[in-house]
Amino acid sequence: MKDKLIKTMRFIGLGFSEPLIRLCAGEDTQKNLTDTFKRMIFPIFSILLFLAFWEGGSSYLYNTEAQRKIEKERTDRGDEAALEMENCIASGEISCQPNTLPSPTQVYGAYQALLRDHQMISQKKDDFLSKTVEINAKRKAKGESPITYTGRPSFVDQIGTSIKTVFAGFLLAALIAIPIGIIMGLSPTLRSSFNWLIQIFKPVSPVVWLLLVFMIVKTLITNPDLDKSFIISFISVGLCSMWATLVNTSMGVSTVDKDFINVSKVLKLNIGQNIFKVILPASFPLIFTGLRITLSVAWMVLIAIELLAQSPGLGSFVWEEFQNGANDSNAKIIVAMFVIGGIGFLLERLMLLIQKLVTFNKADLA
Amino acid sequence: MNEVLTDINLEIEEGEFVAIVGFTGSGKTTLINLINGLSHPDQGEVLLKGQPIVGPGPDRGVVFQNYSLLPWLTVYQNIMLAVNEVFSDYTKKKKDAHVKKYIDMVNLNHATDKRPSELSGGMRQRVSVARALAMNPEVLLMDEPLSALDALTRGSLQEEIINIWSRDKKTALLITNDVDEGIIMADRIIPLKPGPNATSGPEFKINLERPRDVTAINKNPEFKRLRNDILEYLIEVGASRKQASDKSYQLPKLEPIMPGRIRFGMKKETEKTKYF
Repeated sequence: MKDKLIKTMRFIGLGFSEPLIRLCAGEDTQKNLTDTFKRMIFPIFSILLFLAFWEGGSSYLYNTEAQRKIEKERTDRGDEAALEMENCIASGEISCQPNTLPSPTQVYGAYQALLRDHQMISQKKDDFLSKTVEINAKRKAKGESPITYTGRPSFVDQIGTSIKTVFAGFLLAALIAIPIGIIMGLSPTLRSSFNWLIQIFKPVSPVVWLLLVFMIVKTLITNPDLDKSFIISFISVGLCSMWATLVNTSMGVSTVDKDFINVSKVLKLNIGQNIFKVILPASFPLIFTGLRITLSVAWMVLIAIELLAQSPGLGSFVWEEFQNGANDSNAKIIVAMFVIGGIGFLLERLMLLIQKLVTFNKADLA
Repeated sequence: MNEVLTDINLEIEEGEFVAIVGFTGSGKTTLINLINGLSHPDQGEVLLKGQPIVGPGPDRGVVFQNYSLLPWLTVYQNIMLAVNEVFSDYTKKKKDAHVKKYIDMVNLNHATDKRPSELSGGMRQRVSVARALAMNPEVLLMDEPLSALDALTRGSLQEEIINIWSRDKKTALLITNDVDEGIIMADRIIPLKPGPNATSGPEFKINLERPRDVTAINKNPEFKRLRNDILEYLIEVGASRKQASDKSYQLPKLEPIMPGRIRFGMKKETEKTKYF
């Protein structure tokens, strides 16, 4: 029972909880106590240390900014105005707060505000749905498209859009890169003739890809119902991130162990069987590594692309908050930063899990 | 110009078991690759039943030196891959029975659904033999099949291979570096002189009666005579190869570092318990 629990924990990536489980089972207390400290308590400690550091840093910046404001008032309008400013800042009134790096408590407050905002907007959406259910039924009978809610998307909706875009982009990248990678890996002539293309397009910045895709999609798609910004976003994300998979697939296919190629030659497998039964499984680890890199690159470039393509996702959220310059905007941006980091981390873990499920033990090749 | 193999005139009768013995690097694998079609001769031809060989194919079953099992497939699937290719017109049941028959022949019933990484070396080699045989080839080519195994497993596998071979009496070519193995298993032994420009040495016919008992054969005088003859020949050829080169090498002057010499640098601290 305990071993199975430990095995599951290791599989899903929570291997650090192993000493704690062993400790609770009463096994070898001294060693497991030190291990628990090393693997669980110290990391928690480091998180608290980081929070303390942040709090200290932000309060230092706050005080510096406050002093600067007071001094400015003093030089501009005299001592009385300076005193007023000091009281204003101390009282916490919104109009004269220093605008600098927010403290952890402010960030937490902004996070809660965003959640409340999301609940409010979901409520509004539900009301809207119940109100228009009849009208939409009639419109459907007539063949027209239903009226949708066109209000402002909430933070959680924007996270959803971002995740959808990243997966759509990732799938596009995989669908383009893997077949081309296999073809290039199999044929040395194609590899050397198209290498220049890959080398030139690989380092191109996501912003440039976005503009290219925008030009092309704008002319090709004229149907106003389609969500153009989503299409532009996911195509750009896909094109930016596919190069890692392409290079890795082609390398994996071209470096398949000669023994396996000999087996396939002796058995006289036709080309389809050769690819699917011998070459692809043999090069699968490298292809998967490429896919993991693609996913993490896709998530990184997504924010910049969404920002510019005005797609309602995390990128545009950050940009709008920045432009807004409202009081708690900075705190909201920091919340967004943690959310982006957290989702990136979860995506990476997901890929690791899938890789563990699908891979065979390459440790000893027979 | 140096050639790997020169002046090889090898004829193998149908149903004969021929062994080729030689030093490492004498072109044994090249020879077998010529026969199974993975390489092509620069001069001369390789004929199977009078027809020249154009490429590899399942009519010449190969047992590779490093097994070449596909590690992502189980034992059953590895052999089924070969059977699917050769007997594509069989029904599924027939193919299944065929594969199981050969797994049974090599005594691997308990490991049918295991992957190669879960098997020992001897078991992997047996799967390789089963795969080669399941293709029902005209010729069975074995490229040092047992050299990667320990001496104890080798004996038992030699017996198994002979047993399996004697059922169908296929034409077989065995490449080995062990003279004993060659004498026990084959009808004819041909030593290969070491390369470059390796040629075949004089052939030795083995008149020992089958079935040959691996343990009792050591006392057989004919076996001992053959063994001595072949080993003498090989040693002589090996020695003459050494004498052929008379280059002298200038060795660098090296002095050993004696203990107690004064060293420069810090003395290492003893290992303390690490808390972090």
